[in-house]
Amino acid sequence: MDHGSGNVRSAVRALERVGADVELTADPQAGLDADGLVVPGVGAFAAVVEGVRRVRGDVVVGRRLAGGRPVLGICVGLQVMFESSTEPGAGDRDGLGQWPGTVERLPVERVPHMGWNTVEAPADSVLFAGLADERFYFVHSYGVLADGVDGPAPVAALGTERLAPPTVTWAEHEGCRFVAAVENGALSATQFHPEKSGDAGAALLEHWVRRLA
Amino acid sequence: MSLAVRVIPCLDVDAGRVVKGVNFAGLRDAGDPVELARRYDAQGADEITFLDVSASAAGRDTTLEVVRATAEQVFVPLTVGGGVRGVDDVERLLRAGADKVGVNSAAVARPEVIAEIADRFGRQVLVLSVDARRCPPGTSTDSGWEVTTHGGRRGTGIDAVEWAARGAGLGAGEVLLNSMDADGTKDGFDVAMLRAVRAVVDVPLVASGGAGELAHFAPAVAAGADAVLAASVFHFGQLGVGDVKAALAAAGHPVRVADR
Repeated sequence: MDHGSGNVRSAVRALERVGADVELTADPQAGLDADGLVVPGVGAFAAVVEGVRRVRGDVVVGRRLAGGRPVLGICVGLQVMFESSTEPGAGDRDGLGQWPGTVERLPVERVPHMGWNTVEAPADSVLFAGLADERFYFVHSYGVLADGVDGPAPVAALGTERLAPPTVTWAEHEGCRFVAAVENGALSATQFHPEKSGDAGAALLEHWVRRLA
Repeated sequence: MSLAVRVIPCLDVDAGRVVKGVNFAGLRDAGDPVELARRYDAQGADEITFLDVSASAAGRDTTLEVVRATAEQVFVPLTVGGGVRGVDDVERLLRAGADKVGVNSAAVARPEVIAEIADRFGRQVLVLSVDARRCPPGTSTDSGWEVTTHGGRRGTGIDAVEWAARGAGLGAGEVLLNSMDADGTKDGFDVAMLRAVRAVVDVPLVASGGAGELAHFAPAVAAGADAVLAASVFHFGQLGVGDVKAALAAAGHPVRVADR
C-alpha cells in the first residue's frame, strides 16, 4: 500500500528478493485483489493513519480481513492496527482499530529504541519459525506495552470470536516489554523492519509470502 | 535481552566514488561504494553510513544514485550525511532509499532545521552529526570541547556537549559524535568526550573517529556509545566487521552475529 509513507522502496525490494511479485499502489481495488497486502509506515502515527485513510486503506484492510485475506503491517503499520496512540498529535486521530489497545511511549530512558534486538517468539509462530535466535532491526519510540499503565495488557484481549487467538512475539528494551510482532488470523504485523533486518528479515518475509494464495 | 552494539562502516563518497585513498585488494572496482557496501553487508555490518563529500550539485545527484543502487541490494539500514540543508534534501535522500539522514553544519547555522526535519519525517530519521574537538589554547567552553565546521578546520566556540544535548532536545533521534582530534590518528576513540556527551544525551550515541585496532572499540562502548563507526580500518582491510564484533563480544558486549 502506497500511502505516502517514507522509504517503502526497501519493503518492495525485500519482498521481491524472496520471490514475491510486488506492486506499489494506492489503488483500493488493487489492494483488495492482491494475494497479500503490506501496510508499511514510518514517522508519526497521525500522519500514517491519515495517509492510509486518504487511499481508503482503512476500508481495504477491513474488507480483506473480513474475508480472511492476509495483511502485514510494518512498524507504524503495526501501530495503526490498534485503536489509538498517546503520541503527540495522534489524539484526534483514531487507529484502524483492528486490535484493541493503545500505542504508548516506551517508558525507558533511551529512546528511540534503535538497533538490532532479540525477540521472544512462541513455538507456534509461523513467521519466526527457525528464527528464534536472530536479531531484528527496530527503530521506534512508541509501542504496545505488556504492562499498560491503565489496565491489563491490551494484547491479551486481542482474540475475538471472529479471529484466531493471537500469537504474540515480544521484545524488551531496558526492562520494558513490548509487542515485537503479532500473528492473528489473516492479520500479521511487526514493530521492527523485516525489510532492513538482513537475512533474518528476509526469511521472515519469505514465511509470510509462502502462505499467500 | 538487549540491543546489540552496532558496528557501522562509513564510506566517504565524492561524486559517486569512495575517496580517502582506499586500497581494497581483491575487489573488482576498488572505489565503488555500492560494491563496498555489499561487502560490508556480507561481513555483518549492522548499518552502512555514506558521507557525501561532493562539492557540486552534480556530485550530490550522483550520490543519490549510489544510495538508490545500494538500497536495491543491501538490506540493513542506510544513513546518509553531508550537505544536508533542510527538509527538501532529507526528502530526496529518503526517496532514494536512505533510512536515516545526518545533519551537521546546517543545524549549527540554524538549529530550527532539526525540529523541522523531525516534525516532518519523525525523529528516528534524523542523526545529529557533531564534529567536535578539544578547545584550542586560548579558547574555552564549559565542557572543554567545541563544535567545529568545515571538516574540523573551523572552530565555532559552541560547547560540543551542550550542543549534543540541545540537538537531541530539538528532535534528533541519534547523535553521531565525531572526534576531530582522534580522527585519522588511529589512537582510539575519545572516550572522555563520549562519556561527557552520554551523561547528557538519552538518544542513541554513535562513536566516531580514532578507531585503529580491535582493542579500541570496547572502551567506546563502555563510555556509553550504542554504536561504533569506522572508515579507514575497514577500507584498508586492516579489520573486518566480524573481527570488531568478536572483540566486542569478548569484552562482554552483545553483538549481532551474521553468519555468512
